Amino acid sequence: MDNKEIKKNLLSAQVDLSKFSSANFEKATDEEKRQQDVMGESTTFFKDGMRRLRKNPLAMGSIVVLALIILIILITPHFVPYSYDQIISVGGVRDKGSANLGFFEYSQKELQYMEQTGEDLFPHIFGTDGLGRDYFIRVIYGTRVSLAVGVVAAIMVVIIGIIYGSVAGYFGGRVDLIMMRIVDIIYSLPDMLIIILLSVVLKENLSGKLTGTVFSALGANMISMFIVFGLLYWVSMARLIRGQILTIKNNEYVLAARCIGTSNAKILKRHILPNCLSVIIITTALQIPSAIFTESYLSFLGLGVSVPLASLGSLANDARSGMQSYPGRLVIPAIIICLIVLALNLLGDGLRDAFDTKLD
Amino acid sequence: MVKYISKRVLLAIVSIWIITMITFFAMNAIPGGPFNKEKATDPAVIATLEARYNLDKPVGEQYVLYMKNLLHGDWGISLHSGRPIWDDMMSKFSVSAKLGGRAAIVAIILGIILGATAALNRNKLPDRLIIFFTTLGTAMPSFVLATLLLLVFCVRLGWFPVVSLGSDPNYTLPVIALAVYPMAYITRLTKTSMLDALNQDYVRTARAKGVSKLKVIFLHALRNALIPVITYVGPMVAYILTGSMVVENIFTIGGLGSTFVTSITNRDYTTIMAVTIFLAILMVIANLITDIVYKMVDPRIKLD
Repeated sequence: MDNKEIKKNLLSAQVDLSKFSSANFEKATDEEKRQQDVMGESTTFFKDGMRRLRKNPLAMGSIVVLALIILIILITPHFVPYSYDQIISVGGVRDKGSANLGFFEYSQKELQYMEQTGEDLFPHIFGTDGLGRDYFIRVIYGTRVSLAVGVVAAIMVVIIGIIYGSVAGYFGGRVDLIMMRIVDIIYSLPDMLIIILLSVVLKENLSGKLTGTVFSALGANMISMFIVFGLLYWVSMARLIRGQILTIKNNEYVLAARCIGTSNAKILKRHILPNCLSVIIITTALQIPSAIFTESYLSFLGLGVSVPLASLGSLANDARSGMQSYPGRLVIPAIIICLIVLALNLLGDGLRDAFDTKLD
Repeated sequence: MVKYISKRVLLAIVSIWIITMITFFAMNAIPGGPFNKEKATDPAVIATLEARYNLDKPVGEQYVLYMKNLLHGDWGISLHSGRPIWDDMMSKFSVSAKLGGRAAIVAIILGIILGATAALNRNKLPDRLIIFFTTLGTAMPSFVLATLLLLVFCVRLGWFPVVSLGSDPNYTLPVIALAVYPMAYITRLTKTSMLDALNQDYVRTARAKGVSKLKVIFLHALRNALIPVITYVGPMVAYILTGSMVVENIFTIGGLGSTFVTSITNRDYTTIMAVTIFLAILMVIANLITDIVYKMVDPRIKLD
C-alpha cells in the first residue's frame, strides 16, 4: 500500500481508498490460497467423454453384451470340435442320421458310439441343420461374418468419408462445390437397389475369377457388397465431416498454424480432424449396425455370403423352409441380429450423448 | 423458390439418368448373352435373336436405343416370360402400392400419435414404454419381423392363412412388418421436434393468453413439430419399396418386390433392369417432392 492519499473524484465509481487502512489488505494465508487450487484433475476430451459414457447404464449394458458376443465367437470355435461346413461324422464315418437334430440331441450313431467307447461327444447345443451340420458352430461363424462385415464396412466408410469430406471442406470454393454436387447425386441414388444390382452383376462376373485367390472364401457377393459400401455409403459421413471442418477451419488456431507455415495436410491431421473426432466416433458406431442390416438383408435375398459360409441373414433365410418343424433355427439368428443391432444402436446413442456436448 | 425447385428437379433428372446408365452398363457387363443357355443353341438362331433385340449393335448404340424406347414408354420384353415388362410391372405394382401405401399410412399416423404422446408425457411411464418399443423396432430388420410374424400368427396360431392376400384382413401382417421400422423412426422424430416446439415462446404466449391446453397442443405445437417428419417421407418410401421385396417374398404376395427377387434368381436381366429403373424413379421423385414440400411449409428454412 502506498501512503500517498488518493482523492476520490466526486462522481467517479472509483473505490474510495481513504476509507481503507493497510489492515484491510493482508496477505492471504496458505489456507486461503489453497481454496484457489483447482480441485478436479484436468481431463482430456476423450477421458471426459468416457466418464459421461460410464454413467449411462444402457450404453454400458450394450458394451457388456457386445463384449460377451465377441468373446463367445472368438473362443468357442477353439473347443467345439465341429466345423461350420462339416457334416457330422462318427468315428470317421459320415453320419447320415445326424440331420435335423433338436437342441442337445445326439443321433443314433453317436449314442451307439458313446456307449461303445464310453467317451463323451460334444453336445450339439442348437442341434443340427438339414444337412447334418452342427448348428451352434454355424451360428457362431454366421455372427463372426455379420460382425466382420459391419466393422469392415464401417472402417471403409470412415476412411473414404474423412478423406473426401475433409478435402472438400478444407479447400472450399470451387473444389467444394464440385465435390459436393457429386455427393448430392450419389446421395439421391437409391443405395439398396444399386447394391442388389451390382451384387447380381459382380456375382456373375467375379464368380469364376476368384477361385484360388484370397477372396474366394469371401465370395463374389461379399466383395460386391464392400465395393458398393465403398462407392455409396461414405456420402453421409463425408457431408458431416465437411460441415464440421467448415466451422473449425475458421478458428484462430488454424490461422496461427498456417501463419507459421504448416502444410495443409498437417493442419488437417493435427488441428482439424481431432476436433471432428466426436462426429467420427458417433457416425462409425451407428454405421456398423446399418451395414449389418444391409448384409443380412442381402443374404436373405440370396445375394450374401456364398455357401458353405454363413451369415446371420443367410442362416435365417435357410431356416425359412423348415420353419414349421424347426422354428428354433430361424429364431436364434434372428434374435442375435436384433441383439447386436440393438446394442450397437444404444451404444451409438450413448456415445452421442457422451461426446457431442453441443447437442443440448 | 423457383430457382431452388428447378435446381432440385435438375438434380433428380441427373440422378435418374445416372441410374439408367449404371443399370444398363452393369447389366451389359454380365458375361454371356441372354440367349446363351446351358443347351447349345444354333448360332444362326442366336444371331437372329440378337438382331431382333438389337444385341448385335455396339453397347453405346444399344443404350441410346434403350433410352429412346424407355422415353417412349417401351420398357422392353421379359427374357423369362416373353411378355412386355410394362404391363406385368404395372399389375404387380398395384399390389405393392396397396401394401406399401397402407404401411405408410399406418406408420405415419401411429408414429405421430405415439411421438406426441411420448413428448407430452416426458419421462413418465408412457414415454418410457414407447421409447423402449421403438428402440426395439429400429433394431429389427423387416425380414426378421416378417418371418417371426409369419411363424407366430400363421403357423403357430393359425389366425391368418400362410399364402395369398385375398381379403383385407390378410394385409395385416405384411403391413405390420413393413410399417414398424418407419413408425418407430417417425415416433422418435415427432417426439424430439414436439419437445422442441413445446419449449417455444409462441406456445408459452398462447398458454399465457388462456388458450386451452388441447388447442395449444394441436394448433400450435403439433403443427410445427410435424415439419421434420416431412423430411422422412422420402426415405420412408425408399425403405418401404426395398423392404417390400423381402416382405412380399416371405408372405408370398405377388407384388413388384417379389417379381424383382424372382427375376434375380431367374437371371431375367431385362426385368431386373426395368424394375430397378422404375423403383429408382419412384424413390427419386419421392425425395424430390419431400425436399420441395419441406421448403414450402417452413419459410424459415434458408434456400440455398
